[in-house]
Amino acid sequence: MTAQNGRRRFKHEVIDATPGGEQLTLCLQCGTCGGSCPSGADMDHTPRRIFAMIDADMKDEVLSSNTPWFCVSCYYCSVRCPQEIPITDLMYTLKQMAIREGRYEQRRASDFSETFIGYVESYGRAFEMGLATRYHLFHNPMKMVGMATGMGLSLLQKGRMSLTPERINNIEQLQAILNKAKQLSAGGA
Amino acid sequence: MAEERVGVYICHCGHNIAGTVDVEAVAEWAADLPNVEVSRHYEFMCSSLGQELVEEDIKTLGLTRVVVAACSPHMHERTFRGACERAGLNPYLFEMANIREHASWVHAVDKEGATEKAKALVSAAVHRVVHHTPLETMKVPVEPTTMVVGGGIAGIQAALELADAGYKVIMVEREPSIGGHMAQLDKTFPTLDCSACILTPKMFDVGAHPNITMLTYSEVEAVEGYVGNFVVTVRQKARKVITDKCTGCGTCWEKCPIRVVDDVYEAGLGYRKAIYRPFPQAVPKYPVIDVESCTYYKTGKCRACQMFCPTEAIDFDQQDEVVDYKVGNVILATGYEQFDARRIPEYGYGRLANVFTSLEFERMVNATGPTGGKIMLRDGVTEPESVAIIHCVGSRDRRYNQYCSAVCCMYSLKFAHLVKERTGAEVYNFYMDIRTPAKGYEEFYHRLLEEGVRFVRGRVAKVTDAARGPGEEGKLIIQCEDTLIGKQRRIPVDMVVLSAGMEPRHDAEEIGHLFGISCSVDGFFIERHPKLDPMATMTDGIYVAGVCQGPKDIPATVAQGAGAAARVLGVISQGEVALEPIRAEIDEEHCSGCRICNTMCPYSAIDYIEELQVSRVNPALCKGCGTCVAACPSQVITGAHYSYDQVMAQIDGILIDVNRPVTAEAEVAAD
Amino acid sequence: MTANANGSYAYYPGCSLTKNAAAYDVSSRVIARALGFELNELTDWNCCGASEYFSLNQLPAYALVARNLALTASEGAKQVVAPCSLCYVNLYKTDKYMGDHADLNEKVNAALAAGKLAYRAGDVKVRHLLDVVVNDVGFDNVAAAVKKPLYNLRVAPYYGCLIVRPRTGFDDVEYPTTMDHLMEVLGATVVDFPLKAECCGGHMTQISDDVALELIRRLLHNATEYEADAIVTVCPMCQLNLDAYQDQVNRRFGTRFKMPILYFTQVMGLAFGMEPKAVAIGKEIVDARPALAKVTAEPPVQPKKKRRDKSALPMPSTEREG
Ligand SMILES: Cc1cc2nc3c(=O)[nH]c(=O)nc-3n(C[C@H](O)[C@H](O)[C@H](O)COP(=O)(O)OP(=O)(O)OC[C@H]3O[C@@H](n4cnc5c(N)ncnc54)[C@H](O)[C@@H]3O)c2cc1C
Ligand code: SF4
Ligand code: SF4
Ligand code: SF4
Ligand code: SF4
Repeated sequence: MTAQNGRRRFKHEVIDATPGGEQLTLCLQCGTCGGSCPSGADMDHTPRRIFAMIDADMKDEVLSSNTPWFCVSCYYCSVRCPQEIPITDLMYTLKQMAIREGRYEQRRASDFSETFIGYVESYGRAFEMGLATRYHLFHNPMKMVGMATGMGLSLLQKGRMSLTPERINNIEQLQAILNKAKQLSAGGA
Repeated sequence: MAEERVGVYICHCGHNIAGTVDVEAVAEWAADLPNVEVSRHYEFMCSSLGQELVEEDIKTLGLTRVVVAACSPHMHERTFRGACERAGLNPYLFEMANIREHASWVHAVDKEGATEKAKALVSAAVHRVVHHTPLETMKVPVEPTTMVVGGGIAGIQAALELADAGYKVIMVEREPSIGGHMAQLDKTFPTLDCSACILTPKMFDVGAHPNITMLTYSEVEAVEGYVGNFVVTVRQKARKVITDKCTGCGTCWEKCPIRVVDDVYEAGLGYRKAIYRPFPQAVPKYPVIDVESCTYYKTGKCRACQMFCPTEAIDFDQQDEVVDYKVGNVILATGYEQFDARRIPEYGYGRLANVFTSLEFERMVNATGPTGGKIMLRDGVTEPESVAIIHCVGSRDRRYNQYCSAVCCMYSLKFAHLVKERTGAEVYNFYMDIRTPAKGYEEFYHRLLEEGVRFVRGRVAKVTDAARGPGEEGKLIIQCEDTLIGKQRRIPVDMVVLSAGMEPRHDAEEIGHLFGISCSVDGFFIERHPKLDPMATMTDGIYVAGVCQGPKDIPATVAQGAGAAARVLGVISQGEVALEPIRAEIDEEHCSGCRICNTMCPYSAIDYIEELQVSRVNPALCKGCGTCVAACPSQVITGAHYSYDQVMAQIDGILIDVNRPVTAEAEVAAD
Repeated sequence: MTANANGSYAYYPGCSLTKNAAAYDVSSRVIARALGFELNELTDWNCCGASEYFSLNQLPAYALVARNLALTASEGAKQVVAPCSLCYVNLYKTDKYMGDHADLNEKVNAALAAGKLAYRAGDVKVRHLLDVVVNDVGFDNVAAAVKKPLYNLRVAPYYGCLIVRPRTGFDDVEYPTTMDHLMEVLGATVVDFPLKAECCGGHMTQISDDVALELIRRLLHNATEYEADAIVTVCPMCQLNLDAYQDQVNRRFGTRFKMPILYFTQVMGLAFGMEPKAVAIGKEIVDARPALAKVTAEPPVQPKKKRRDKSALPMPSTEREG
């Protein structure tokens, strides 16, 4: 009985955290999403299967899978789904839940997002150079060497990467907005 | 009015009402409503025992008014009016309160609320019924001729049933020949009998039947009248061929230099001439000139058909004919159109040459079709070594049509069998669910499994010609998730068939409007009752049959066609129909003659009487819709059974505070 | 320029265009000038969060984007133009979702209020630069500006995902064609590129080389198969992935792709007769000069339409119903 209730809760947690998420209850398990997905072949589970697992209350398995992290936000699934389920947005929700619950073991992808956002929150703008160095130093020092000599170097030479971040003027205003939003979303998004 | 004696009957409808509404409490409460003589509750009011209860009370208690609170008046108003009549009470002194659809079903989770609402509805009915006046139905004779609109298998079946029973039928068909979609098919599932072999004799019978007037190349333009007495205006388009002279020899279309793609009968896979007969077994056998394509109508030159016609049957100046027909009933059998597969760009139809629709494929496998029955790629020569059949194209898809088209699983299986039989190619069916719910259908599916047809459970994501590597070059690649494995697959094939679903005719809405019936959200005609009366409609005298009412296969279509004919025969054999006396009446003394109502009436039932300078309602045409009642600036039109008093009393009744004892409420209302 | 009476738009360049995609920024501004519409850069705009912020926390992500919409509205602009598809979709989606979901709208506005801002969904129309060029300026006006048609240059128009998905209504979600027509107007030979709306790998370059490089390979492979001289893009992410990672793709798969990746605005500028430098040609990593050298003064001779084989079955007519 508790498992029964637990299952309902996880599915509804996912639904509640996603604008338009209530469509998820209509999934026909047709596989259009899994068939459309450019990274579908490399995911632990196809999006369709993730939805079946959500329905089966397999919260741990869902949140520790690489599926949402391998989503490239191409929206193919969303526009092709015969039940008009906002699949891409559900993937965003799952990422967010995985981070909150510290579930995603590989950490690599979520760290990329977190590093990226760190710059946005401090400067109001993204900073590719900083992102690349901090993120890769942490995860893949070998890749840093490649960055410095190969592609990164080419970009630098072409003047396509700056060495210092840009900052917006009214960063205080932006931070006030973001803090308020975080506060509101902690109270149940 | 104060001396009326009302009987109130609350129905349990088994658990349907009593499971939610406290019927006992409602009956007890209603007993105190003004004028109520007796208030009872009973398990099934519509049963003969329930009806007898009403009859008994009328006789023994001298009831002058009856209220039954039960289901929708669509279901049983007639039943209880009958009970009243049998007991000698005018049937219009009865009122029905719907406490099922309007209370117990919609408020299933709120028993208290549902009970309160039921009380309010009963109160409304009791307040109203005391203002009812006895009304007399009007009987009119029924014209025994029936019009069948649409000459597909549904219309053919209906027409033959009626004609064989000895009544006249006028069949109106838009295309140059009757036959509909069934004439395009090759084999029919699950028995695989040849479509033409079973259809052609019936088409011939229609053409030759002394009781059937066949109007092909014709369309309905206007409809007037009511059950038993419709007048339908039909435009018979000029064929430009004098049918009395034409022998159907075919010289004209052999000689005609203009060749165009035939989008109707050949589903775009083949050609026809500017003067053409859609297919060899066409009924009638006469050709028509398609004036859009014919060069004579553009340049004034050519006339090849005329010059070669041995019987001088070509008449370029022939004009359309518009004729009125008097008919008692109409059966609409206008069928369906196929979903346009171009609307799903990911499947590449129209862009990728070797993607075909299912109707194109039907024409391809048909011995009389463009390839003479050979299965081949768009180049017209290469036989495919692998074929993919994609189910549910445009069906079960909220982006297009939410419903299941009901026949495509079965015809997809049929196709798979035909491909295997004729080419030995590898065949894949891509499906979400296989739906085979009729006699012999599941067995057919099993036969296909034995034949080695492959089934992949997964809705196809896309069809592409972009090869990722050597194995895919020059092929069409089906990309999907095989959901039973949980993995993405790419399957290269030579040919793709899209099992596109059925859609209502593009003009179904307009045709429905012409005949006074409506379409559901899906666009198919709405039947009177989805289970118990699927052939009748809400408009008396208008029936529906075949796919125009909803997706179905040939066996179900034939059954419905015959069923509709049986319903019509019932009306004809009664000889006359009773018209509802619910009509508008104009108080001519006070009519200002402004004529506003004349134009407002949707049924053109109001005439202006020049000599008296007043308007007058033609009772036979008036449907009692009430439009004129509301429109009259002098407020001199009354709708029988919907008078001002009746409606206001009903509103007073529904606004009663159901939580207070009735007697107190009655006092409040009194002052 | 019918859609916007004064032909001026708020301009949201987004982070990429300030540096890595500066070529896109430069060329966008010059073609706007040439076509006579104004791009007024939004004051103090902030990053749209790319796809990363939405992964972390959706509400602040919407709030982040909404600040830009609120700033646009407060400047009195009715339309904002983004050349970057990712910025475009984030702006578009935020505006749309705020309109569709009352709860989200309320919370985002509560967050904006903390910065003394407010935004009412629908007040700003979000446009992609390609949409403005095609629909507001129009093909005829573009044609009138062409001075050096790009005859004989075979281009593969590459739309990527986010300019058309989720349904932005501006072109077909599966098989967009607006840029194809635009390229034809510029005189180029258009390759009917089947992967035109497929994914460039997005942020997968940061997460999994296996996935990203394969996605990039497919695009380069297909464009090469169709003998394109260049791929033309509408998005800095697509440009970066296809251009900067081409070398890695070649090394990993042993291929020899040399496919230059240009912004559609650069191609327009060239056709308008501008110097390559003026539209920042040279910033690309895979050199575009050999491809551009193929342009000739004379239009290519149209290959004779092959007569359809008599035995061939008719193709379905291409016009679409409903
Ligand atoms: C590819 C395919 C294969 C199929 N295979 C099978 C099978 O093997 N077995 C099976 O049982 N079923 C099969 N079906 C289903 C079958 O086609 C339908 O069940 C059947 O044809 C329905 O007949 P109908 O008379 O209702 O409609 P239709 O065949 O559509 O006939 C309607 C007729 O009305 C005419 N009409 C329309 N509007 C007007 C108007 N306003 N005025 C005058 N005339 C009008 C049309 O011209 C047409 O002649 C298949 C369907 C498809 C698409
Ligand atoms: S495409 Fe939609 S309905 Fe089909 S499996 Fe995916 S989410 Fe479910
Ligand atoms: S949006 Fe994400 S989950 Fe959907 S198809 Fe694209 S990559 Fe896969
Ligand atoms: S006159 Fe018209 S129909 Fe007759 S042969 Fe010429 S083109 Fe054909
Ligand atoms: S019958 Fe089969 S193929 Fe057709 S819509 Fe229904 S499930 Fe799909």
